[in-house]
Amino acid sequence: MTRAWQLAFLLALAAPVASAQEALRPYVVTGDAIQRSLTGRPGDAARGRAIVANRSAGLCLLCHSGPIPEERFQGTLAPSLAGAGSRWSEGQLRLRIVDGARLNPDTIMPAYYRITGLQRVARPFAGKTVLTAEQVEDVVAWLATLKE
Amino acid sequence: MKAARAALGLVSLFAATWAVAQGTLETRRSGYQDMGAALRQMQDDDTANPGMLFVQLGAAAWDKPAGASGKSCADCHGAASGMKGVAARYPAIPPGADKPVDLGGRINLCRTGRQQAEPWPAEHRDLLALEALVALQSRGEPIAPPADPRLAPFRERGAEIYRRRQGQLNLSCAICHDDNAGKQLAGVVIPQAHPTGYPIYRLEWQALGSLQRRLRNCLVGVRADAWPLDAMEYVELETYLMDRARGMKIESPAVRP
Ligand code: HEC
Ligand code: HEC
Repeated sequence: MTRAWQLAFLLALAAPVASAQEALRPYVVTGDAIQRSLTGRPGDAARGRAIVANRSAGLCLLCHSGPIPEERFQGTLAPSLAGAGSRWSEGQLRLRIVDGARLNPDTIMPAYYRITGLQRVARPFAGKTVLTAEQVEDVVAWLATLKE
Repeated sequence: MKAARAALGLVSLFAATWAVAQGTLETRRSGYQDMGAALRQMQDDDTANPGMLFVQLGAAAWDKPAGASGKSCADCHGAASGMKGVAARYPAIPPGADKPVDLGGRINLCRTGRQQAEPWPAEHRDLLALEALVALQSRGEPIAPPADPRLAPFRERGAEIYRRRQGQLNLSCAICHDDNAGKQLAGVVIPQAHPTGYPIYRLEWQALGSLQRRLRNCLVGVRADAWPLDAMEYVELETYLMDRARGMKIESPAVRP
């Protein structure tokens, strides 16, 4: 069981940081949502699922559980992702992944597309977002399919 | 029967209320209590606890002369059993110093000052073995940080680090170990982070390791820049954690997953 956690973090360190040096795409927040895709294109839900399941990419299952039965070790720190697509629009999901702290300043969920307001970031990750714009879109596309 | 049961219910209710009123209702848990039965048994059985092999190495090192002085620990301190209670009160500020050292730091002070030998580097097997030997003497003793007021600023800095969000994942120790302890992080129960068992034999490491090493694992986990193993920040965190665990029992050398 600790293997999962340790592995997550070892992989996290070893993983090539996909967002390397990419300039942050600008986005507009309207209400509690980012309406437009960060990349201008729709994401790929199948890739999104893989990112969510991947402990070194999305890290989502550290905290959340979700309809990914092959991943045995899931978190209980956050609500289940099941049904996220019926609770939220794509735009709302996008803002929650990009920078959930804009909605809840105390949230423990990391901002996946923000590089400011962080302290003592390990060198390999400094100045980089957790996910790239493409990855954010893929994750949003998958979450949007989760209707209950 | 019914009356008896009701009375019993009342008594336990009173007991609980009384305990709360006295502030004595213990909600703190050692990481030991969050482990499965097999691991608890491994820790409890000295013939199965791998940490005890290191205690044996420590016992040999205790008696072995070292450095230009040609003296052993035993030459100054006698039997290791004289070290009872010592591990329960570190970090402490050694005589003539103005900063706390942890138990490993204190052992290294004897090594350089009294034995006139080279200090051991962090995580050196002999250093960990001696720490395990010394800590074993306090097994079952309550954690009892010294009343030294000079420790306060170090403890405060430790508390501040504990509450500060850091790393790319922007999490603090408190978020996991205070607010979410007992919940599961990817299937692993988050313990309350009490330093009751160090040095620990961690199955993940297949080795004995220090509290610093454990803390580094957590820092790396949140993708924070981990301080080098000999950094003061770890002593500050440990000073805070030992205060937070005041009164809990030492269980070194503990086993952890
Ligand atoms: C460190 C913990 C943590 C991680 C990692 C994390 N989340 Fe969250 N997430 C939360 C918490 C806690 C909430 C509850 C709302 C809040 O606190 O803002 C939440 C809320 C959400 C919500 C809204 C849930 C709802 O239905 O109300 C979605 C969607 C979501 N997260 C998706 C993700 C995805 C996708 C990932 C990975 C790319 C992820 N989260 C990673 C902690 C986390
Ligand atoms: C994202 C969650 C998380 C954060 C943040 C975190 N830890 Fe941990 N910590 C864990 C988990 C999970 C374990 C248990 C791991 C295991 O059993 O393999 C652990 C174990 C520990 C232990 C060992 C407890 C024992 O019983 O031996 C200590 C001490 C500790 N952490 C302290 C800290 C400190 C201090 C910080 C901040 C510098 C911190 N942690 C940050 C999740 C976290």
